[in-house]
Amino acid sequence: MTSLNEKDNDAHLNNTTRLTGAEILWATLVGEGIHEVFGYPGGAILPVYDALRKFPIRHILVRHEQGASHMADGYARASGKVGVAIATSGPGATNLVTGIATAMMDSIPMVCITGQVSSKVLGSDAFQEVDITGITLPITKHNFLVTRPEDIAPAVRHAFQIAKSGRPGPVLVDITKDAQQNSAIFDFEGAKPKPYTPHPMLSVLETSLQEAAGLIRNAQRPVILAGHGILQSNAGEQIRTLAERMQIPVGTTLLGLGAFPASHPLNLGMMGMHGESWVNDAIQQADLLIACGMRFDDRVIGTATTYAVNAKKIHIEIDPAEINKNIQADVALIGDLRQVLEQLLPLLPGRDGAAWLNSIAASKGDAAVRDIKNLPDNGHLYAAHVMHDLWRITEGKAIVATDVGQHQMWEAQYYRHDYPRTLITSGGLGTMGFALPAGIGAKVACPDKEVWIIAGDGGFQMTACELATIAQEKLNVNIAIINNGYLGMVRQWQEFFYEKNYESTPLVSPDFVKLADAHGIPGLAVRTRADLESAVQTARSHPGAFLLNFLVEQEDSVYPMIPSGAALHEMIRRPEYTPGHNPLLERPEDQ
Amino acid sequence: MLHTFIAYVEDKPGVLTRVASLFRRLNINIVSLTVGHSERSGISRMTIVANPPDHAGDRAPDRIRASLYKLEDVIEVDDIGKAPNVTRELALIKVAATAHNRSHIFELAEVFRARIVDLAPESLMIEITGVESKIEGLIQVLNETEDRVLEVCRSGKMTMRRGKHSSGVLKAMGIGNEAAPKPEMAPDNFADNI
Repeated sequence: MTSLNEKDNDAHLNNTTRLTGAEILWATLVGEGIHEVFGYPGGAILPVYDALRKFPIRHILVRHEQGASHMADGYARASGKVGVAIATSGPGATNLVTGIATAMMDSIPMVCITGQVSSKVLGSDAFQEVDITGITLPITKHNFLVTRPEDIAPAVRHAFQIAKSGRPGPVLVDITKDAQQNSAIFDFEGAKPKPYTPHPMLSVLETSLQEAAGLIRNAQRPVILAGHGILQSNAGEQIRTLAERMQIPVGTTLLGLGAFPASHPLNLGMMGMHGESWVNDAIQQADLLIACGMRFDDRVIGTATTYAVNAKKIHIEIDPAEINKNIQADVALIGDLRQVLEQLLPLLPGRDGAAWLNSIAASKGDAAVRDIKNLPDNGHLYAAHVMHDLWRITEGKAIVATDVGQHQMWEAQYYRHDYPRTLITSGGLGTMGFALPAGIGAKVACPDKEVWIIAGDGGFQMTACELATIAQEKLNVNIAIINNGYLGMVRQWQEFFYEKNYESTPLVSPDFVKLADAHGIPGLAVRTRADLESAVQTARSHPGAFLLNFLVEQEDSVYPMIPSGAALHEMIRRPEYTPGHNPLLERPEDQ
Repeated sequence: MLHTFIAYVEDKPGVLTRVASLFRRLNINIVSLTVGHSERSGISRMTIVANPPDHAGDRAPDRIRASLYKLEDVIEVDDIGKAPNVTRELALIKVAATAHNRSHIFELAEVFRARIVDLAPESLMIEITGVESKIEGLIQVLNETEDRVLEVCRSGKMTMRRGKHSSGVLKAMGIGNEAAPKPEMAPDNFADNI
């Protein structure tokens, strides 16, 4: 058997060599361009860990496998590359599940490798055996059970192809321990999967393009709905051209934030349940919606029967199963967004959209005065202040990983994302505990970028163990905890819909600054807006990780809000603050 | 409303689970599912009869077909819809019968163009092929004539389009013409149906 020189040679990619299954796995990952993986060792994956030292791959040791899958996810979202998570069999594999489901819902390319008990004892309820391919069947694009070393390279290469292609998503490869231990000839080229065949129902007909172009040219009140697909297919430039040339305003989904610059005059902001009133009103009044790489999620449409009833809908989407799922399309262009737009743009010479844009601008009216200015500056700290000031201080250039709940929506409203892949958030599944590990993954992917992890006091505690990962890997991330002493979004629902019965939402938390300190991570508690800026600057200038515990107004709510099941225009609006009682205090930097 | 799909799938372990799981996930009941080898080696053919809930409306079949295609092991999906087709089911029916009362079952079998394929002192077995209503008709008659039906084994529906040959059949028969447009590869009418 040929042994490999440690860490430095790629010879195994060019020669057909006899290697153990474990070595084949690493060699294949190297061949696929992977330099970092997130994982946790255990009995059934030990042969793989034993072989790791021979390969130029950085392994980030997590504290819980859920962290590994979220880190791989955050890595993929920040970089656009495939993230890789590794875990052992049984509980290691099941701990990945939440992260895999999160990636599936948000179409994130990810490959998970799990160890499995030896093929001889498969199905015998062996120690730490679990049917992980069965468990992950509905939450992966595909999964593999590999029982022979010669099948590892083809399965892993195929997994990468599936994860990246079409509508991306997670793939799991379950490898038995004997397959890792036994050896086989490794042939990277020979393990190449068959050429990718696109979904047979992709369809961009010339007649449909003409029809779409006609609708766009003749629309009086069009709105572009910008989704995650723009980032996935790298179509930012094409969307911008479409919006600018045809003078069409753009609303974005939560995952579409950053796909179209927030500061662009045509950007209306985020739509949906916590979208601003003028965005949702514009959609309801529209006569044409151009949906680009988005799936009309229920948080975006309110109810299907009341959604933009007077609008024709052009749906540009790569997944044919999304067409007509929630909202009936008048014209469906089923294909890669960028390619479709490149075909569509030549048919669109230009258009005068002033009347419609002016009418939207007028409808902004007072609503355009953001919360940030409406909030009483009575010495209390509001989460909106935190987001707004973070955006201002970081000049909107940081990668922000958010958790799920109120702070996530405030971040989406007040941190203005001008750059793609700067918001890492769990949209579809709404996974609490996502921010910390996903932010770690983003930092590993983009070590030169400033990374802010923003989490609520509830979600942070779900994966707080990953503070130790930050310490061990010496990662320079900034952590902001928006601490209101409640599971805030649930409390808000209880306030609005359950008669303020705050059942099981008040939260006793540890002193987060001390918790960070126990991990060797310095921190500060911030109680007033006056202290905010200096605290943020302290965190930024600190050479390593830093934690800020923002003690914010406890019973603040996210506005506007569309109650679940209501129509888009039936928003719960912000309460009015009476001048005099709550003197509005505007600062020049709030403009 | 019942809807029939034909799916060509890789003949691998777990494929049936993947297909069945998709319907389960979409909350659609599978009424009948038959699987067997197809004309292509290593590829099985499934006939799936599903019952999408009414609220799914006319869009359900396209979405089911699109979702089936998203499964890695699914090669081809044909949505039969209302297209002209031949649908058959096979049933084996074991009836309690002794030498004294066999003869009228023989008559019944003849009327239904069924065959007697096993005979024992206390029972006999009928093999019947046909559309669902024909098979149900025989079972009903047997019940009404107070012949005790001991066991019923039904295959579920198998469906094949009339006229239209799949590319695989032609290839298997050695008369496939690569230049000729293959029906499955023809421009998809999906977008037109919207």
